[in-house]
Amino acid sequence: MPADVQADALSNTIADDLNTRGRDWYVDRAVSVGVFVGGVSAIVFIIGIFIFVTREGLGFALGTLDVKEFFTSMNWRPTSERNPTYGILALMAGTASVTGLAMLVAVPFSLGAAIYIAEFASGRMRESLKVLVELLAAIPSVVWGFIGMSIMNPLIIDMFDVPVGLSVLNAGVILGLMAAPIMTTIAEDALKAVPDSYREAAEAMGATRWQVVFKVVLPAAKNGLMAAVLLGVGRGFGETMAVLMASGHAINIPTSPFDSVRALTATIAAELGDTARGSDHYGVLFTLGIFLFVVTFVINLTADIVVKGVGKKQ
Amino acid sequence: MSMFARTALDQQNRRVEWLVKTLFLMMTVLLIVPVVLIMGILIQRGAPVLSWGFLTEVPTNGMTAGGIFTALIGTVWIVTVALIASVPIGVAAAVYLSEYAPDNWLTRAINLAIINLAGVPSIVHALFGLGAFVVFFGFGRSILAASLTLAVMTLPIVIVATRESLQAVPHAFREACWNMGATRWQTIRKVVLPNSISGILTGVILEVSRTAGETAPIMFTGAAAFLPFLPQGVLDQTMAMSLHLYVVSTQVPNVPEALPFGVALVLISMVLVMNATSIAFRVYLRNKRKW
Repeated sequence: MPADVQADALSNTIADDLNTRGRDWYVDRAVSVGVFVGGVSAIVFIIGIFIFVTREGLGFALGTLDVKEFFTSMNWRPTSERNPTYGILALMAGTASVTGLAMLVAVPFSLGAAIYIAEFASGRMRESLKVLVELLAAIPSVVWGFIGMSIMNPLIIDMFDVPVGLSVLNAGVILGLMAAPIMTTIAEDALKAVPDSYREAAEAMGATRWQVVFKVVLPAAKNGLMAAVLLGVGRGFGETMAVLMASGHAINIPTSPFDSVRALTATIAAELGDTARGSDHYGVLFTLGIFLFVVTFVINLTADIVVKGVGKKQ
Repeated sequence: MSMFARTALDQQNRRVEWLVKTLFLMMTVLLIVPVVLIMGILIQRGAPVLSWGFLTEVPTNGMTAGGIFTALIGTVWIVTVALIASVPIGVAAAVYLSEYAPDNWLTRAINLAIINLAGVPSIVHALFGLGAFVVFFGFGRSILAASLTLAVMTLPIVIVATRESLQAVPHAFREACWNMGATRWQTIRKVVLPNSISGILTGVILEVSRTAGETAPIMFTGAAAFLPFLPQGVLDQTMAMSLHLYVVSTQVPNVPEALPFGVALVLISMVLVMNATSIAFRVYLRNKRKW
C-alpha cells in the first residue's frame, strides 16, 4: 500500500473516531474491560487456589515427605513425637469405601428418579418433584453429619445389633442421600437435552413409552448421564463435614460396612486446627489438599470432556 | 374382531409400561421419603427447644444452655460480607460470558474454571482461604477472611444463575436497542439487566442459603467455636450457625440432647426458607414473563 493512501486511511479513521468517541464510548470500553476482568476472575481464583494451597504444602511435599510411604503406608501418625509417619492408604480406603457405598445407593435411585421426572411424570407432578429434589440438595452438609450422628447412628445400632453406628454404612448412606438430588438434577438435564424429534420418530415407529426411553433416550443421553455420575463421585470424594461426623473417624481399612473409617477430607478438617504453621503436620495436611484438588480437578475435567463429546455428535 | 381390539402383544406392552413406570416412581419416592422422614424427626426433637429466648440469648454454661444469638448474628455478618464481595464479580463475569465472550479457548477456560470452582472440595477452599486470606493477605482469622473464602466458593452459583437469566432475554431486545444507536453497555444497563434482575436475585438468594450452611471453609478462616460477644467489625472473629451445630454436637461434653436438634432445626429452616423463596420467585417470574 502506498504511503499516501495509508496516511489518508489513517486520517479518515481519526476523523471517524473524533466524531464517535464521546463519553459513552469510553464508558462502554471501561465496562467491557470491567466485565472481562470479572469473567477472567474465575480462572484467577482456580489458579489462586492451586498456588496458595501448593505454597503452604510444597515445602513439605518436596522436602520431608516420602512419596512412596505417603501413598502405600497405612500408618497416619502425624503427631507422633519420635517417629511421625504420613501414610494415607487407610484414609484413601476410607474415602473410597464411603464414596463407593454412597454411589451404590445414589446412582440407581437418582438415575431412576431422573428418568421418571424427565420421561414419565407430567405437569404438576413433574414440577413438584423437581422442586422437592432441589430443596433436598440445599440441606447443608453439617446438618447431614448431625443426622448421621444423632438419627442414623442409634438406628444402625438397633437394626443390626452392632456396637458402633458411626461407620462406612452410616456415612455412605448419608453421602448417598446428599449426592442423589444433585445427580438427579444433572441426569434430568441430560435426558431433557435429547431432542424431542428422537422420541417422536421412535413413537411414530410404534414404540411404546418405555421402549422409547430404553432404546432411544438413554443411549442418546449416555454421556450426560455418565457426567452426572462422575460429578456425584466428585461430590462424594470431596464432602467433608458429613463424612467427618458420620464415619466414626477411625483410621482403618474397612472389612465390613460396620467398620469405622476416616476420610481424606475429614482428616484435614479435624487436624488442621491443632497444627502450627510451618510444621510438618501443617505441611502434610496442605499436601493432602493438593492431592484432593488434583483428583477433583481431573474428575471435573473428565465429566466436562464426556459432556462435550455428546454435544459434538448432535 | 375390530381393527382396534387389543392384541396380546398390546396388552403385554401395556403391562410392561405400567411396571416400568411404577418402578421408576418407586425409586423417586424412595429417594425423597427418607429425607422427609428425617426432617420430621428433626422437627419433632428440635421444636421443644425453640423459643424466642433461644434465638435472642447468648450461649451460656460452656454452650450447654442459653441460646444461639451470637451464632445467628455471626452468620448474618459472614453472609453479608461474602455477598458484597461475590455478587459484583459474579454478575460481571456472567455479563461477560453472556454478552461479550467470543467462542474461543479463553471462554472455554473460564467455563471450565467455573465448573472446577464449584467442584473443588470445601475443605480445599478452606486451605486456600487460610493460605491466601488469613496468612498471605494478613487478614488473620476474621470475618473478612471467612467471607472471602466463601465468596470464591459460591461465585459459580451467582455466575450460573445470572448467565441463565441474561440469556433468557430474547436477542431481539438487544438488536432493537442497538438499532437505536445505543452502545453495548447502554443496551445491557437499560434493557438486558432490568429484564433479568429477578433471575439474578434468585441466584443471590441461593448463594445466601449456601453461604449460611457451609462449615468447613470457615472453620479455620474466621469462625470461632465460642465467643461471648458479637463481632464489632470485619476483622473480628465470630461464631456461626453451621460451626455452632458441629461444635455442640461433637466437641462439647454434657450438652442436653435436644439442644443440637434445636440448632439444626434453626439452621435448616433458614436454608430451606431461602431456597423455597428462590424457587417460588422463579415460578412466579416464569408465569409473569411476557415473551
